[in-house]
Amino acid sequence: MSELLGHFNYWIVIILMMTGFYIVIARPNLIKKIIGLFIFQTSVFILFISMAKIEGGTAPIIEEGISVYSNPLPHVLILTAIVVSLATTALGLALVVRIREAYGTINEDDIHVQDEED
Amino acid sequence: MEHLVDIVLLGLLMITGFAIVRMRSLLAAAMLTSIYSLLSASLFVVLDAVDVALTEAAIGAGISTILLLATVALTTDEEKAPRHTPLLPLVVVIATGAALIYGTLDMPHYGDPAAPIHQYVAPTYLHDTPGVIGVPNVVTSVLASYRGYDTLGEVTVIFTAGVGVMVLLGYRLRRCNITGPGIRNLIVLRVIAKLFFPLILLFALYVLLHGDYGPGGGFQAGVVFATGFILYALAFGLGNAQRLIPRKLLRIMVAVGMLIYAAVGIESMLLGGKFLEYRVLADDPVTGQRLGIMLIELGVGIAVASVVLIIYYAFVSRHCQAPEDM
Repeated sequence: MSELLGHFNYWIVIILMMTGFYIVIARPNLIKKIIGLFIFQTSVFILFISMAKIEGGTAPIIEEGISVYSNPLPHVLILTAIVVSLATTALGLALVVRIREAYGTINEDDIHVQDEED
Repeated sequence: MEHLVDIVLLGLLMITGFAIVRMRSLLAAAMLTSIYSLLSASLFVVLDAVDVALTEAAIGAGISTILLLATVALTTDEEKAPRHTPLLPLVVVIATGAALIYGTLDMPHYGDPAAPIHQYVAPTYLHDTPGVIGVPNVVTSVLASYRGYDTLGEVTVIFTAGVGVMVLLGYRLRRCNITGPGIRNLIVLRVIAKLFFPLILLFALYVLLHGDYGPGGGFQAGVVFATGFILYALAFGLGNAQRLIPRKLLRIMVAVGMLIYAAVGIESMLLGGKFLEYRVLADDPVTGQRLGIMLIELGVGIAVASVVLIIYYAFVSRHCQAPEDM
């Protein structure tokens, strides 16, 4: 039972990660691929934050009378990673918009067909 | 009890993830992504990462969703069925997942205080922060002071993304007002937007200035601030929003934000310290640290708010361009 609970978070993280991975490799739609990437990214965030958690601890804001805090370092890393995820999502979507304007489609299969015709 | 909430939230995340895979409408998929993000923000609160939760809620559930919706509006809502059978990707995914799950078996248990991750630098940060940095929020002290170089790099990434989107989607666009009659008739939206706009800006300032004591800081404040203007643009039209906060000003403010950050670093060098060594900024080292953190958080906030608004303007005003201008 403790083995099950002890790794439960990590297993769900991996399922989520694989969900995102599946969308990226199996779906030809470019917006869907970016959503897949987003799901993958968020699962990595959950992985890091799960590792930072200490049983019985609290948020890392120092206060009188509290001695156990969760680990602040992964929080900092993930906080900045979330901001970077905004940057990558914005750039990716901007590229999707341009691809749509150039090819008239955001379906990867159709884009390949058009490229081969040229 | 905490475990129960954790398990339920993770279960909901999994269901949302599977629903996104199955969803053929991209609009629905974008909304589900927003829900997914909000669920993970709730999970971060349960896992004691309040700063991260605030950031995820503002960026993941807020801004990313708006950008996804803008892209769906610019392209198409319909997802065509893939040409290939999903058999090969499915095999790859299951094999990778199985390997990763096998890998987790060696990991320390969730919440274990004896795990290696909690042994080295983290206790030092927790122990030294009150005396050396003088702010109660350890996440802020690590972000802004101990790892100030990283954060400067982060702001540069955001800056680069803003420049990249401007290059891709054009930055010399004419003003346009895309608010159709449909939105103009939504009186509830307009009244609520007018009511919330000042409150959101006030909340952004609170998040910025209170980041030392509670969850928050420059990144979150910047995004919340930009959200206020995005709400205004949604309710009253892009043209009005651009009269309120013009593109030209935003382009200057992005650079100003980064320059404030870098200038604090150079100022501390001029005062005899190292780059971004805040303790030399005032006579008392702790006051210097607090001053430095406040200034760089301000720089981060200005840069992030401007970049988010620039990206939003770029996506939304793409609608107004006639095809021959592209």
